[in-house]
Formats: sequence, C-alpha cells, structure tokens
Amino acid sequence: MKRLVPILATLAGLALLQWAATALLLDGPIRQGPYYYQILLLAGINVILAVSLNLTNGVAGQFSIGHAGFFAVGAYVAASVSVYGGPAIAGILPNIPLVRDSGILIAATSAGALAAAIAGWLVGMPSLRLRGDYLAIVTLGFGEIIRVLILNIDAVGGARGFTGIPRLANLFWVGLGVAASLAVVRNITRSSHGRALLAIRSDEIAAQAMGINVTRLKVTAFVVSAAFAGVAGSLFAHFAMFLHPNTFTFVKSFEIVIMIALGGLGSLAGAVLGAVTLTVLPELFRGFADYRMVIYALALILIMIYRPQGMLGAGGFLGRIVRMRWKKPVAKKGAETKSADNIGGPSA
Amino acid sequence: MTVFLQQLLNGLSLGSIYALVALGYTMVYGVLRLINFAHGDVYMLGAFAGYYTSRLLHGHLGAAGGGLVEAGIILMVSMVACAGVGMLIERLAYRPVRRASRLTILIVAIGVSLLIENVAQMVFGAEPKFFPQIIPEKRFDWAGVVFTNQQILVLATAVVLMIGLTLFIRRTRTGKAMRAVAHNPDAARLMGVNVNFIISLTFAIGSALAAAGGILVSLNQPGIDPLMGLMTGIKAFVAAVLGGIGSIPGAVLGGLLLGMAETFVAGYGSSTYRDAIAFLILIVILLLKPAGLLGKGQVEKV
Repeated sequence: MKRLVPILATLAGLALLQWAATALLLDGPIRQGPYYYQILLLAGINVILAVSLNLTNGVAGQFSIGHAGFFAVGAYVAASVSVYGGPAIAGILPNIPLVRDSGILIAATSAGALAAAIAGWLVGMPSLRLRGDYLAIVTLGFGEIIRVLILNIDAVGGARGFTGIPRLANLFWVGLGVAASLAVVRNITRSSHGRALLAIRSDEIAAQAMGINVTRLKVTAFVVSAAFAGVAGSLFAHFAMFLHPNTFTFVKSFEIVIMIALGGLGSLAGAVLGAVTLTVLPELFRGFADYRMVIYALALILIMIYRPQGMLGAGGFLGRIVRMRWKKPVAKKGAETKSADNIGGPSA
Repeated sequence: MTVFLQQLLNGLSLGSIYALVALGYTMVYGVLRLINFAHGDVYMLGAFAGYYTSRLLHGHLGAAGGGLVEAGIILMVSMVACAGVGMLIERLAYRPVRRASRLTILIVAIGVSLLIENVAQMVFGAEPKFFPQIIPEKRFDWAGVVFTNQQILVLATAVVLMIGLTLFIRRTRTGKAMRAVAHNPDAARLMGVNVNFIISLTFAIGSALAAAGGILVSLNQPGIDPLMGLMTGIKAFVAAVLGGIGSIPGAVLGGLLLGMAETFVAGYGSSTYRDAIAFLILIVILLLKPAGLLGKGQVEKV
C-alpha cells in the first residue's frame, strides 16, 4: 500500500502535466507552444538515455559507448510492433481511442525494451569480461553493426528510413519513462547490488575477492541500462514518427556520454541535468548552430581537465546543494557515499 | 582466380592505409594506454594539408618526374604539419589529464576528436573537396589483374615508412627510450629518459604516419571531407587491436588483414556489409584472443 501512493501520485502528476501542456502549449495561447512541447519530449527521452547509461558508465564504471545501438534496437522493434502488429493489438482492445493507443504503445515499448535487453545481454555476456578501453570499442562496434544491419533490413525501410509510425507517445508517457528509469536506477544504486557495482568500479579484483559475482552484476547492470535505452527508443519512434539509421550513429552515443560527463559521472541528478542542458542549450543557440558542436567539444575537454567530476560531482557548489536536498542521511555508511564521489578524480 | 588476385591486390592497397593509421594508434596506446580518438581526424587533417599545399604548388612545378616531385613535397609538408598538430593535441589536451582516471582520458579524447571535426567543418566547409590528380593514373594489366601506378605508389610508400619506423624503434637510442616508456614510464623516468619528450615524439611520429595515410588515400580516391577520418580512424583502431595493440608489426598485419577482409566482403558479398565486417572481426578477436594476433597477454597485477 505504501508503495502505491507515490506511484499513483506520479501518474496523477503526469496526467496533470499532460493536460497542462496540451492546454498551454499545443492548443494554448503560446505562439511557439508545439515547439516547446517537442523540446520537452526530446529532453525527457534524453534524460532516460542519460540516466540509463549512467548506470553502466557511472555507477558500474564500465565504459560503454554504444548506447545508440540499444536505442536503435528499441526504436525499430517498437516501431515494427506498432506498425505491423498495431491492428492486431487494437483488435483485442475495446474501441476507445485512449485505451487502444495506450495498449499499442505499452505493447510496443515492452517489445522494444525486451529486444534491447536481449541485445544488451548478447553484447554484455562476452564483452564485459573485457576491461576499460576494449569494452568501449566493442560497444562502439556493436552500435555500428546494429546500424548496418538496420540499413539492410527492407521491412523497416533500410536506408530510406522507417515511415508511417503512429504518433502515440506524449508528455505523459515520456514522463512515465523518465520516472521509471529514475526510480529503477536510484533503487539499484542504493541496494546492495548498487554497492557491489560501486565496489566493482573502484577495484574489480578486490570486489571479486569480497565474493561479488563481478561478471553477473556487470551484465545485469548492462541489461537494465540497455532495456531503458530501448524504452527511450520506443518513445522516440512514436513521437518522431520517422526513424532513420543515421540518427543512431556513434555520434549519438557520444552525445549521451557527453551528457553524463557534463552532469557528473555516477550522479543521477547530474545525468538529468546534463541531458536537459544538452537538449535545451542547442535550441537557445540556434543562431550559432555552426559553432554549437565546437563549443560542446571545447566545453567537454575543459570540464574534463579542470572539473572531471562534472557539474554535480563531489565538492562542487551545485553538487553540495543537490546533495543536501536529495540525499537522505545514511547512518554510518559514509564510506560508500565517499567512494561514489571519487569518480573521475585522480586514481592510482 | 583472377578475381581473387584482384581483390587481394585491392585489399593490400587499402590495408596499407589502415596499417599506417593503425601504427599511430598502437604507438600512442603503447606509451600512454590511451585510445587516441582524434587520430582519425589527424589523418583527415593530413589530407587537407596536402590539398592546400597542392593548390599553392599548382603550376609551379609542372609535371616534374610525372608528378612524383610534387607528391613528395606534399607528403613531406603534410607529415610535418600533422606531426605538429599531434604534439599540440598531446600538450594541450592529454598532458593535463595524464594522471587522471582512464574514463576521463577517454572522454577528453572523444572531445578532441569532436573539436577537430567541427573546427574543420567550419574552416574547410562541410562539402567534399576534390584532391587534384597529381600523378596521372596508368593502368597495368597483368594476366587479367588490373592495377594502377597509384596503388603501387601507395604500397611502396607505406612499406618504406613502415620499414623506417621499425628501424627507428629497434636501432636508435630514442627508439629504445620509446620502448622503455611503453614498458614502464616510471622506471624509464628513473633511468633518465625524458618521458614528456618521448610521448611528444610518439604523437609526432604517429600523426605524421596518419598524415601520410591521408595523402596516399587521397591520391587514390580524391574526395576528401572533414568527416573522412571518423570511419577510417575507428577501423584503423580495429586493425591495431586485431594485430595486438601496442605491437608495431601487429598494427601492420592487422591493417593488411582488415583491408583484405573488407575488399573480399565487398567483392564477393555485399558492399553494404563492408563497414560491419571490421567490427565483427573486432568482436571475434576480442573474444577469442583479446591480446590480438601478435600481442602479448598481460597478467593483471593486483
């Protein structure tokens, strides 16, 4: 019962948000409303991507740069389900538009998440035995292989792109995805699994010596992270209504990495802040579109040199405020929170 | 059989480019344990340096030596320029984070790569440029196998550069210092090796080789653009891993094998799968023999 309250509150809040957004932005008085609405949705999708990648890259310390691959798997599988299986699903549901659309979206998203999770397991199982740089390159390679495969599958449009996807996602569903990813990642991080993952990040051999099943945990984190990338993919597909393999190059993966690096690796609030910043800032600076990527890249390098823990990492002004407000005091477990803050800092 | 030989030759020509670029990866990885993501972009800068040099030179040399003189000058200028760029990248971006965590370094490398690509797009323009045909193409037909003088030039230059590099690393004092730094930087420093200088030099040599690769590839396929280094860079890295990262003969072997694998896939299978084969090879090799073909397995120290 106690758990049901926050869930219901979240659902009610999101429904209210959707209603407000429709009233104000879509049908409302604000002139560029639909444009703001679109940015909101994109920001939400990026938050899901960043938060999920943060679980592998930040918490578990396994550097994956193939997140766009799982994003693509989720997007294409989900889109296929709603395009090819949509009528069948609609057939077994009562003919109320809201119920029908929700049913199709839930089915498609579940399929996308499942497919991405399976892909994550297939990639993670063998490659997580590798460390550091090799893992990075394998995940990068995997992402590219996925893209090349999609290019060659005609049923999903190949190089022409996948069209005719129904627009089923809205702010409510994206918000729900964000809430779910935040809740799951936060709960994992604070559970004994999360502490084990932090231990793996600090020192794999020591973690193993403490009896942690290193490979299994790493793969689990990887699969969860991939599944949420799949959710993000499904939401993206049902919002953009068009998919093209070029959306899912490793540049997209790098973008997600930049989000969590800017926000602060391993920090949940940092991932959210990084994703929102990197979605909104480029829109604000449309006029400087040519310099945008130059500024990104420069910012990334400078931050890594002068402030490797990111915006919300340990010791920073913002970090301290967020920590005060968000972190429940953990009695006598200072050691773990401390190791969580060590990310990116000098290590031997 | 003719088709096979033809593909083999094309593969060698492509593979020698990968090998040149892979050498830079493997050398930098050897001394710094860093995947220098910006390396592919240095290769691109090499091609552009060649392009602008050739425009400056245009008409001043005539067709001396069938264009070989001009090609030689372009190659030299571009290699020197890129050696400078490589040292600059190391000094400005990598040296400040040398002692930081591996993740930090990797992210900086990604940042440098993005920076170079986007600055290049601003400066050079995003649309492809056409590298002038410096050496007129001549086709030879040998028992049905067609090859061009450019392919031979590419192969010959690559081989000369690789032999030069091997001699430098095996036979000179500086080369020995480089091997020492790759083996253990701290011990090398204690033995009086100027580690910073060696790392700078490694970047300079690696970048010069990448520039040579960029020029050679442009002689063959004249379209150059600011993003040409992305794929080639990553594939060259795959070649380095395939051969065993940190191993110089390994980089050459890996490059040649990868080039041949690609041309065979494109020749016998579908050219759309061409880009995937590199990564497939990579994954298979990492699973079966993570140290690469010629690499030495390393025991993890606790």
